[in-house]
Amino acid sequence: MSTQAPAPDQMSLSTSALLPTPAAAPDQTSAPAFAFAQVAMSASSHVPAHAAASPGGRVFPALTGARPAWRRRFANRFAAIVAAAGCLAALIPLGFLLAAVVSRGAARFDLAFITQTMRGVIGAGGGALHAIVGTVFITAATICFSVPLGLAAAIYLVEYGRGKLARTVTFLVDVMTGIPSIVAGLFAYALLSLLLGPGVRSGLAGALALSLLMTPVVIRASEEMLRLVPDDLREAACALGVGKHRVITQVILPTALSGLVSAVMLGVARIVGETAPLLLVAGFTDSMNLNLADGRMATLPVYIYSQWQNKGLDAAAYDNRAWTAALLLIGFVLILNLLARLAGRLFAPGAKRHARAS
Amino acid sequence: MSLTTDRLEMGPVAGSASAHSGTALADPSAPLSGVPYAGLPDPGLPAPRPRIGLATRRSRRDRLAELAAQKTAAGAGWAIVVILAGVLVFLLVQGWPALAAGADDLPAHASDFWTLAGPLAFGSLWASALALSLAAPIAIAVALAITQYAPRRLRTALGGAIDLLAAVPSVVYGLWGLMTVAPLLARVYPWLTAHLGWLPFFAGQPSASGRTILTAAIILALMVVPIMAAVCREVFVRAPASSAEAAYALGATRWETIRLAVLPFARSGIISGAMLGLGRALGETMAVAMVLSPTPFLVTFHLVESSNPNTVAAFIAQTFPEAHGLETSALIALGLILFALTFAVNAAARRVAARAAGK
Repeated sequence: MSTQAPAPDQMSLSTSALLPTPAAAPDQTSAPAFAFAQVAMSASSHVPAHAAASPGGRVFPALTGARPAWRRRFANRFAAIVAAAGCLAALIPLGFLLAAVVSRGAARFDLAFITQTMRGVIGAGGGALHAIVGTVFITAATICFSVPLGLAAAIYLVEYGRGKLARTVTFLVDVMTGIPSIVAGLFAYALLSLLLGPGVRSGLAGALALSLLMTPVVIRASEEMLRLVPDDLREAACALGVGKHRVITQVILPTALSGLVSAVMLGVARIVGETAPLLLVAGFTDSMNLNLADGRMATLPVYIYSQWQNKGLDAAAYDNRAWTAALLLIGFVLILNLLARLAGRLFAPGAKRHARAS
Repeated sequence: MSLTTDRLEMGPVAGSASAHSGTALADPSAPLSGVPYAGLPDPGLPAPRPRIGLATRRSRRDRLAELAAQKTAAGAGWAIVVILAGVLVFLLVQGWPALAAGADDLPAHASDFWTLAGPLAFGSLWASALALSLAAPIAIAVALAITQYAPRRLRTALGGAIDLLAAVPSVVYGLWGLMTVAPLLARVYPWLTAHLGWLPFFAGQPSASGRTILTAAIILALMVVPIMAAVCREVFVRAPASSAEAAYALGATRWETIRLAVLPFARSGIISGAMLGLGRALGETMAVAMVLSPTPFLVTFHLVESSNPNTVAAFIAQTFPEAHGLETSALIALGLILFALTFAVNAAARRVAARAAGK
């Protein structure tokens, strides 16, 4: 190493290269000699108390030799086991859930399920075509509401926003992210029943409620993507004398396109499984409804709920349909999440490389 | 960044400059995508003479377009403000009549609105607190495992699997909790009352169906874990590496390094993550509505009995489809309370996080 002090981040890089990687840290009992040497060293070599003080200024007894080595080793092993147990506590239920949905959903995973409605069906048979169509319609309407609004708001925050309004909008987007989905449903109902009279139920009302949930996701995600667009592109375009709106439409948006697609997909993945608001304002029906503006409209999540809620005599048939709908829904959400991640990755690495080069 | 945007702020000036080089940007609709200098004239050709008349016309159009773009963007910002104000106003207007309503008009024949709202608010807070106390240790352990323990290659896979927990729709959690988890736990609960019955939480007659508030809290905890773990991961990663390296250099074990150099930096991040999780648990509807078998107006701390307090969100979802008139108003007023509750929790979480970031 030269006498010149390296820059801080370089130093941490080089020291971390010299240090044992965490996998080979001194706690590994598979290398007992090394572990004993470490413990013996820290116990015998009179580490001064202040050297072992935590960032809070508190003296940390473990490193002053006051704590027996077996206890330190035990605590270390115990902590690792607890961390692993925590992961298992989260992953085992996930595994059981996926297994249950796949195994119980397989019973009705057939062509009839996606080509028939529940119209006139009592007991076995029937399908969820009307619910699938309803989900597609309502999701499309939600996209029409919240993507233009969310994108414009994100552009505002990244390219124009400054001062009080921008701060307020940033704060309110945070608030919107935390709105419980059922409150969004109540809002859509309160708004539309004031305009159209009480008891309103329609697909459009459901889309209105869902837009309230999707818009903040789109804003947050596309804001992040727009900020990834390197500033030199903006500067270069401005230096050429291009108007700012043209910089946005012809330089920034095309550059961030795949990132924005991923933002929209994340938003769709957020709302496609929403049940509560649709239960309130879109309601449920057994037959196909292709009119967004009028009448109840079934959706996949509400279909699951109502199959369980309004069981007929042949309870198993209703349960099976609910599980199959759950399988379809989970599959749809997972594919959307995966595609969003892929689209995001398509965009991010190039932009990062560019930013690092500058 | 601020410097750049300052320069960008000279929008109108830049716009008029482009207008003066009028014919240079011959075709304004030519895509500049990714190649910002695509519209430049070939340097070998003589510069075209600017044509004044055309330039003025374009300049005006350009300036108008610029203005329109700016107003549209700002309008979207204002729209967010208006929408949220609308949520508050419409819920208030539609919920207000319920505050004066009597027993004949309210859901579940409550004598007045607050007799209805009180036990439900208790149920929401109690279920969320239970869920959070189950989820917080798991989320911290998961975040530590991903950032500190797992080998690099496993990290992404582990993180993705945990994020998967957040992607499962709540109605699927409800179905699974109701059909699979509750019957399973119904076999555990008698054992709990027999051996831990001296704790007031586990006293009483265990539920035969397993659809108790503890079951609901366990399901809620699964939904809270990914949210809290994501926040914790972020702050654990941000803990300065030099401190960890210093701790290792002093001969600290990995756990001692975590206690010395990671957790002290992450405390406020952990708190804000827990509060975000609490907000999620408070607002969660379908899983609770399906799993829990509630008793009206009940306030109890017992966890495994067959009579359980209900939560605000679940009550709204269960009652709304058949409600009319003032009942609907009461449910909307309950929604307003829920909104206020989650808003307070989320705002507190953001404040803690902001203070941590500004430190």
